[in-house]
Amino acid sequence: MSSLFEEVQTQPNADIPVRRVTINVNGEDRSANIEPRLLLADLLRQGLKLTGTHKGCDTTSCGACTVLFDGRPIKSCTMLAVQADGHEVQTVEGLATPSELHPIQEGFKQEHGLQCGFCTPGMMLAAKALLERNPNPTEDDVRWGLSGNLCRCTGYQNIVKAVLWAADKMRAESI
Amino acid sequence: MYPSRFKYESPKSVEEAIALLDAAKGDAKILAGGQSLVPMLKLRFAFPEQLVDINNIPGLNHITFDADGTLHIGALVRHEQLEFSKEIAAKQPTIAAAAPLVADPIVRTRGTFVGSVCHADPQGDWAATMIALGGHLVVQGPKGKRTIEMKDFVLGPYANALNYNEIAIEAVIPAPKGVARGGYLKLERRVGDFATASVAVALDMDGNRVLRAGMALAGVGGKTIDANEEASYLVGKDLTEANINQVADLVAAKAEPKTDHRGSSEYKRQIVRTFVKRILLAQSTQKAA
Repeated sequence: MSSLFEEVQTQPNADIPVRRVTINVNGEDRSANIEPRLLLADLLRQGLKLTGTHKGCDTTSCGACTVLFDGRPIKSCTMLAVQADGHEVQTVEGLATPSELHPIQEGFKQEHGLQCGFCTPGMMLAAKALLERNPNPTEDDVRWGLSGNLCRCTGYQNIVKAVLWAADKMRAESI
Repeated sequence: MYPSRFKYESPKSVEEAIALLDAAKGDAKILAGGQSLVPMLKLRFAFPEQLVDINNIPGLNHITFDADGTLHIGALVRHEQLEFSKEIAAKQPTIAAAAPLVADPIVRTRGTFVGSVCHADPQGDWAATMIALGGHLVVQGPKGKRTIEMKDFVLGPYANALNYNEIAIEAVIPAPKGVARGGYLKLERRVGDFATASVAVALDMDGNRVLRAGMALAGVGGKTIDANEEASYLVGKDLTEANINQVADLVAAKAEPKTDHRGSSEYKRQIVRTFVKRILLAQSTQKAA
């Protein structure tokens, strides 16, 4: 014993249910032992240290924790991590390559689509899902498509512009 | 916020799920879309010992129309599947109108129609829609399947008629006589808020003549308001302005709105009257002068 106090490992509590999960996060399989009550947002943030996924309201209202689950947007504070076992999750960290921003990220930069930035990761992933379904949206389509995401800074004006900017760029690139 | 500790099971068949529910003797909850259950777990309004996740059960994800027009919606059909279904848009206008108004676009990717009906929230859009359409649920338990009419399904706020060992496996909307018409309108202060008032209208029509009329209200009472009796005033009649005004008054009188921060009871009743008129006028081939 090297000090006056040393904590010792007690027997693991057999009453605590533990599950092994493997989740494909941003293209890479990640495995962990988790309690089933762990929320996906906390697996990403605290477990995998992918803190780009933000937790705002924690009550399924604000959309800051939005990630793509098998390509569709979900609020990761309202899904159990254990439910993502065997599925694909994309977070904001998976948008850019080391050398290039995603057109949606570029749009937010060009059009000043953020101020404090807290809602931005969720906004960008909701926008990605929106543009995949509707590559040529109207302003109204964008406002409707982002209506599950709250922003307290911008009044949404520049966020909408940023998504429309990205839509133009992505259409031009796909020609 | 964290749910209290629970055991988690993810069965691969309905039978396996029922066996788990049966063994838990009422201490288990079914997890489908989770968009109401997970928030309730986090707030610890719900603290089941076990969750039975039905998301990995195949065969529950169908939106199908029988040859006669009967519509089946499986237990895992998400709101957005109804929102984007071309077949629903063409054949079932009440559901097509309600789908884009459920919660917000991100919740709609995950939450399910049948789960929302089972949740029995007095503000729920789908319970009102199901009542107006005269739908029923097919539920399966250890002794096999049975059918529960929607009007008998909701027992009160957050209480339904399922036994602890039963699963609602699909919702069924009967085939329309004539042409299915209808609509759904909801007033909310912002996207995702609880409804100030909602009106579901389902009509079966032959030209401008009403063959069947169903209506239900959400947000204007302690439970979903069944206004089918009032709506039946229209049966056998044409959708004229006089008939529309009359039924709108009858249905508005059936509402039980309470004054709160979303508006006064008079205001909410007037919204119901206006919404009934708006939906019916849009269906009428005989436009108001």
